[in-house]
Amino acid sequence: MSGSNEILEEFVQGEYKYGFTSDIESDTLPPGLNEDVVRFISTKKGEPDFMLEYRLKAFRHWLTMKEPHWAHLHYPLINYQNISYYSAPKKPKEIKSLDEVDPELLRTFEKLGISLLEQKRLSGVAVDAVIDSVSVKTTFKESLSKLGIIFCSFSEAVKEHPELIKKYMGSVVPYTDNYFAALNAAVFSDGSFCYIPKGVRCPMELSTYFRINTAGTGQFERTLIIADEGAYVSYLEGCTAPMRDENQLHAAVVEIVSHADAEVKYSTVQNWYPGDKDGKGGIYNFVTKRGICLGNNAKISWTQVETGSAITWKYPSVILKGDNSVGEFYSIAVTNHMQQADTGTKMTHLGRNTKSTIVSKGIAAGKSNNSYRGLVKVNRGASNARNFSQCDSLLMGNNCGAHTFPYIEINDKSAQVEHEATTSKIGEDQIFYCNQRGIDTEKAIGLIVNGYCREVLNKLPMEFAVEAQKLLAVSLEGSVG
Amino acid sequence: MLEIKDLKVSVEGKQILKGLNLTVKKGEVHAIMGPNGSGKSTLASVIAGKEDYTVDGGSITFNGKDMLELSPDERAKEGMFLAFQYPVEIPGVSTINFLKTAISEIRQYRGLPPMEAKDFLKILKEKQKVVEIEANLTGRSVNEGFSGGEKKRNEIFQMAMLEPSLAILDETDSGLDIDALRIVATGVNKLRTKENAFVVITHYQRLLEYIVPDFVHVLYQGRIVKSGTRELALELEGKGYDWIKKEFSELAV
Repeated sequence: MSGSNEILEEFVQGEYKYGFTSDIESDTLPPGLNEDVVRFISTKKGEPDFMLEYRLKAFRHWLTMKEPHWAHLHYPLINYQNISYYSAPKKPKEIKSLDEVDPELLRTFEKLGISLLEQKRLSGVAVDAVIDSVSVKTTFKESLSKLGIIFCSFSEAVKEHPELIKKYMGSVVPYTDNYFAALNAAVFSDGSFCYIPKGVRCPMELSTYFRINTAGTGQFERTLIIADEGAYVSYLEGCTAPMRDENQLHAAVVEIVSHADAEVKYSTVQNWYPGDKDGKGGIYNFVTKRGICLGNNAKISWTQVETGSAITWKYPSVILKGDNSVGEFYSIAVTNHMQQADTGTKMTHLGRNTKSTIVSKGIAAGKSNNSYRGLVKVNRGASNARNFSQCDSLLMGNNCGAHTFPYIEINDKSAQVEHEATTSKIGEDQIFYCNQRGIDTEKAIGLIVNGYCREVLNKLPMEFAVEAQKLLAVSLEGSVG
Repeated sequence: MLEIKDLKVSVEGKQILKGLNLTVKKGEVHAIMGPNGSGKSTLASVIAGKEDYTVDGGSITFNGKDMLELSPDERAKEGMFLAFQYPVEIPGVSTINFLKTAISEIRQYRGLPPMEAKDFLKILKEKQKVVEIEANLTGRSVNEGFSGGEKKRNEIFQMAMLEPSLAILDETDSGLDIDALRIVATGVNKLRTKENAFVVITHYQRLLEYIVPDFVHVLYQGRIVKSGTRELALELEGKGYDWIKKEFSELAV
């Protein structure tokens, strides 16, 4: 033990070993993580001192922590010194037309029904200036700022709204929370910041789709959403298009604060590269997402469609602090080939008359493993707390696994908790029935799976739902027969 | 329209159909009767292309095309419809959405443009009347929580919507009370034209009082052992299947 302590000391106290200085004109840091790297990131981003202090505290804490291995996931140990922690937003390789893009990627775009313009943007084709998203972004921002809504990149918020960042950052997910949250707090790249003032209903879905954030900020994303008293916002994260990223490790943090009478809806579609059929490559996605219903009658609703990543470790949670507050979690998690997902939620009831709903739909195909892990916790004094949980698993084929790990901790006698779970197999007779009506097997699976997921898909904003439906079909392509 | 020649089919090594011949022309209604285990449902499933069956010999041609070469969905797209004995439930998928998908797939296969939404709705309303099915049933998930009678009526409703040239009704009368039977039969009769054909598979003569067949065949031990007109069905009703069993028991060898 003393040996490892020494190493820690060395890390914490370590001298400026690698000689990075802020004025080095470097776009990408060599692999490795130490305090200098943290300082470098902060300086490179021109952050105020408080942010650097925060990062350093997080980093020092991270060094004392161990990578968690309680999840039902198997992957080789991650060497954190083998990763580069800073790279300036890369200019995509200039591609002149879609003809130069990987035809397989184009085929997927087509199946997802993504517009030609969006296809070009996603695959890095130079888009002409008139339709550049910058102009869209500006008009969008103007109309929001009239209402007092702040919606900007996290880096921008650190500089322009430090008082809000100081007040809320880490208030829901402190850096001490878990290994990946600590890592993120130390080296986070960028992300979104959103503040809705008192009584304001955000008139549009706020979305990373609009590329408010610059591309390539993904690896250690950090998002903070605050809805002040009586405010409402619906926030969309992600993109249904396949995201190819060279970074294998992703550790994001999302924090939501919902004040009294406020409501935040957070929808995610995650379609990171899942690796190939044999499980080679693919993203490791370790995400900490949590919201707090701070005031009375507050509401937070998570909806997620997870189809990508080789490893998914993700539990969007709600702390129900205010009386009568409401937490919801609607989830679809699809795994195919060698993918592994361990995902679910935590609902922590602290206030009186608090209510939570959990609907989880897992779909496992190929040789994949799909686990639901959830905790419903009712603290003493959280009188009349109610929870309803429904966890369904759908299996396709005989080589996949579905697992459910529901935890329930009740410390108040007045609590009412319901849990329902089903496991079913996609039936060959269902497929044959569709076939006999003229629907081919691939489409039939899409239809059956979308039917199975309908309760969750219904919670997504319209446009997102349509794309998510197509995405489900594409993700399960070739998984039967 | 449909021509089955010397069809031999087995399931897990056990031979079920042992050289079956059947010719159906357009405008005709054929009834196939027979005792339990004679191979009636196997015949329906094999024509539709269900996987669990092995075709050991013979042929099935439909409008000149070799059906054994086609997948089940392609056979459906060619205009073949099977009303299931045990219709399957598809939770979360409304019958309307299900039919919309089916129709657009079929039309695409035939090189037709997609059906306009308003045309679809018009036909939907029209056909709902034909089979006396409540509109709320078609809005619900396919067969989910339906009673036996509702499921069968939904089969006939789907048949009406898809307008197949050949419809095979696999024991559609089983589990139906007399009112439901009448509604189903009336639906079928309204859909009969000179251009389409029906193969009605049934254990009982009862259904044939409502759907009057042009030909009646008796299937026994994997072969059609007797063919005739409607009178044959009545004869069977009177004498029971034992008569057939006695007469053709040597086939069992």
